[in-house]
Amino acid sequence: MLERLERFNWASVIDFLPNLGTGLYYTLLISVVGLLIGFILGGIFGLGRISKNKFFYVVSSVYIEVVRGTPVLVQAIWVFYALPLITGYNMASVAAGIVVISINSGAYIAEIVRGAVQSIDKGQHEAGRSLGLNQSQTMQYIIWPQAFKRMIPPLGNQFIISIKDTSLLSVILVPELMFQGRLIASNHFNAVEIYTTVAVFYLVITLSLSYILRYVERRLDIQ
Amino acid sequence: MITVKNLHKSFGNNEVLKGINCEIAEEEVVCVIGPSGSGKSTFLRCLNLLEAITDGEVIIDGDNLGDPKININKIRTEVGMVFQHFNLFPHKSVIENLMLAPMKVRKISKAEARKRGMDLLEKVGLAEKAEQYPSQLSGGQQQRVAIARSLAMEPKLMLFDEPTSALDPELVGEVLEVMKRLAMDGMTMVVVTHEMGFAREVCDRVFFMDEGVIMEEGNPNQIFTDPQNKRTQAFLNKIL
Ligand SMILES: Nc1ncnc2c1ncn2[C@@H]1O[C@H](COP(=O)(O)OP(=O)(O)O)[C@@H](O)[C@H]1O
Ligand SMILES: [Mg+2]
Repeated sequence: MLERLERFNWASVIDFLPNLGTGLYYTLLISVVGLLIGFILGGIFGLGRISKNKFFYVVSSVYIEVVRGTPVLVQAIWVFYALPLITGYNMASVAAGIVVISINSGAYIAEIVRGAVQSIDKGQHEAGRSLGLNQSQTMQYIIWPQAFKRMIPPLGNQFIISIKDTSLLSVILVPELMFQGRLIASNHFNAVEIYTTVAVFYLVITLSLSYILRYVERRLDIQ
Repeated sequence: MITVKNLHKSFGNNEVLKGINCEIAEEEVVCVIGPSGSGKSTFLRCLNLLEAITDGEVIIDGDNLGDPKININKIRTEVGMVFQHFNLFPHKSVIENLMLAPMKVRKISKAEARKRGMDLLEKVGLAEKAEQYPSQLSGGQQQRVAIARSLAMEPKLMLFDEPTSALDPELVGEVLEVMKRLAMDGMTMVVVTHEMGFAREVCDRVFFMDEGVIMEEGNPNQIFTDPQNKRTQAFLNKIL
């Protein structure tokens, strides 16, 4: 085993760091922008799922069920290859990647939002309303701050899943980390070194994120 | 102050209130007693529109709550409500609990809201707890804060739904004491309670509710010592 490991040229990875760096840039770009939009979508459609407005409820439910019921890979390929045939507009692969991550994470975040809001005791809502706060003030000042705190652990999970999902975007030619790794490995026959490095990159991103979220949670807990 | 005429409330097919009629005068303190499930909470919740009225009329200080054009939020600012489980906002400090609604609904300044809040905390004996969070307080203290929070909106009428029934027995007294002082200050109050001592000492009238109607009403002495209705007798025999 050790002998085998020694056969690999780990130092050569350094030569490819600039390419992997480019990949890392796109991975982070798509993750951050995609999750930001996903968070907004999740907020909107999560509230749709608990809305008394029938139309809003149905639209939200359909969106969530369609996204949750289909694989990310299929969604990516559909957005990149099928959607342009319907709309007549081609989309750059990075833009398509952002769309996929936004829509996909949005559906899961919507469920997180719904769960968190519904987990807040009904009495909180009633106390707010009985003091004369209207529906949206009650939501803004009473329900949302409490729900948000409960959302952090599951949101962290979803962020990590979505970041890892970006690796699937290599099939629609997004020049992210996995795409760069595949490109290098197929040209230089150094699959072990490159894919190991790629794996370490993902691990560093997700571990940092976990750490940040734990910090935020602790800060909110002080109250 | 309050006029209720033939009030009906149904949840689906389940008719919970089956025609309530009563008049409550300004500065009057009314206690509502009755078996569990008889509709006491629902009746109270109809008085500040936490439940929509199915049929009948509720008129509070001239405002007909059944009027579709009525501003519900305005009514609610004038009717305070204290809940069995306090329902303080756990993410806000005690003083912030008192400041939120006056600032957001009455639009008074932060400084003004704080000053008023501190005065009220003083009144319920909890000024030194202003910066603490609800979870750091005992149940009795939390309920006193909840009462102060309602008072911060300067309501004309206060509703209490079993305010002491979630408390350990030794904490009941401090809450009843605050309510008693409120009654003496002339607040109009409707109190669902099984604290017979409080009912006797503080209430002007007692309503006995059963099966969605007010079965019997009278002054506390009459209701507790000489109930006319068989159901009232049976109920009082059980709890006294
Ligand atoms: N939101 C609701 N939906 C359906 N049924 C309800 C609701 N609130 C109360 N009820 C029913 O109304 C009846 C009276 O309840 P309630 O007013 O809480 O009685 P009490 O306070 O006298 O114990 C009960 O049978 C209860 O199940
Ligand atoms: Mg009740």
